[in-house]
Amino acid sequence: MVQGLLFVLLFQLIGELAVVSLGLPLPGPVLGMVLLLIVLLNRKQVPSSLRVVSDALLANLALLFVPAGVGLVLHFELLKSEWWIILLAIVISSIGAAFITALVFAALLRRQRSKGEAGDA
Amino acid sequence: MLDVTEFWVYFSAQPLMWIVVTLAVYSGAVVLHRLADNTPLLHPVLVSMILLIGLLQLTTTPYQTYFSGAQFIHFLLGPATVAIAVPLFDHFKTIRELWLPILVACIVGAFTAAALAVVVAWLFDARVETLLSIAPKSVTSPIALGISEKIGGFPELSAALCLVTGVLGSLLVPTVLRLMRIEDQETRGFVLGLTSHGFGTALALEAGALAGAFAGLAMGLTGLMTAIMLPLLAALF
Repeated sequence: MVQGLLFVLLFQLIGELAVVSLGLPLPGPVLGMVLLLIVLLNRKQVPSSLRVVSDALLANLALLFVPAGVGLVLHFELLKSEWWIILLAIVISSIGAAFITALVFAALLRRQRSKGEAGDA
Repeated sequence: MLDVTEFWVYFSAQPLMWIVVTLAVYSGAVVLHRLADNTPLLHPVLVSMILLIGLLQLTTTPYQTYFSGAQFIHFLLGPATVAIAVPLFDHFKTIRELWLPILVACIVGAFTAAALAVVVAWLFDARVETLLSIAPKSVTSPIALGISEKIGGFPELSAALCLVTGVLGSLLVPTVLRLMRIEDQETRGFVLGLTSHGFGTALALEAGALAGAFAGLAMGLTGLMTAIMLPLLAALF
């Protein structure tokens, strides 16, 4: 458990340090995730202490967004002037992007899987 | 004798209280969500946000005071993002086989999300700063902040729009997927992570580890892709 926590925090730290020192355009934790994935792929297994920590964090991921979500209260002024345009733009683009992405991804997936099966046969 | 208001003032200054309140409100919201047959309209994050914002307004508590406690929960977002490496590792074989669909769908999806939002806002005569701030809204907020700054939007507005996108996305996207009769975990997770970043990933993880892995992957890739694409596109106009 402690080791797992150490693993996760250590990779976050490495990610943050690399992002700051190299001026990379992505958040430290995302780089930390990539680096940890690379290490795991090399070891070919997940230490049980890391799995315990990862399961606990990811099972409650939604909760972790609550404090930032409440932060919307700070932006009421900025959102007030054009709120209905913003709302409309976000609703339309979310539905549109979900539709197109699902269409493209599902179609390519089907094509690749049917080709894979034909190849296996 | 200890005055009740005095007790309140002392107590509310303590970070501990806002951690307890956040956890209590969220636990209540989870129970409510279950009682309401898991309807997305009552997603625990949405309900908790509304209740907590209401509570802060009622007690005239500044957000900074709330955050002095809630930051300890917020901090865990970083380690949780790193922890997505574990489901990614578990499903790496599937991911490697599907690299082409993943890459193509990510480019198409990230572009559609940004372009549709900007075009709709432009059609309704939004300010230029609003257009630039709304472009990175499908991206996880720390990346969106950086992009917005780079292309001349308001970083704070972008962060707020990411939140709104995450919340609305977790309401709307599952419905779109249901109407399209898309049931496989890979597509569901991928679409949720691409359109609604962390909020979508959290929702996908509730559906299963495979969906969660694809959502985490889509979230990271979309962030990267948008961070490369938007500054280039913005320079063209």
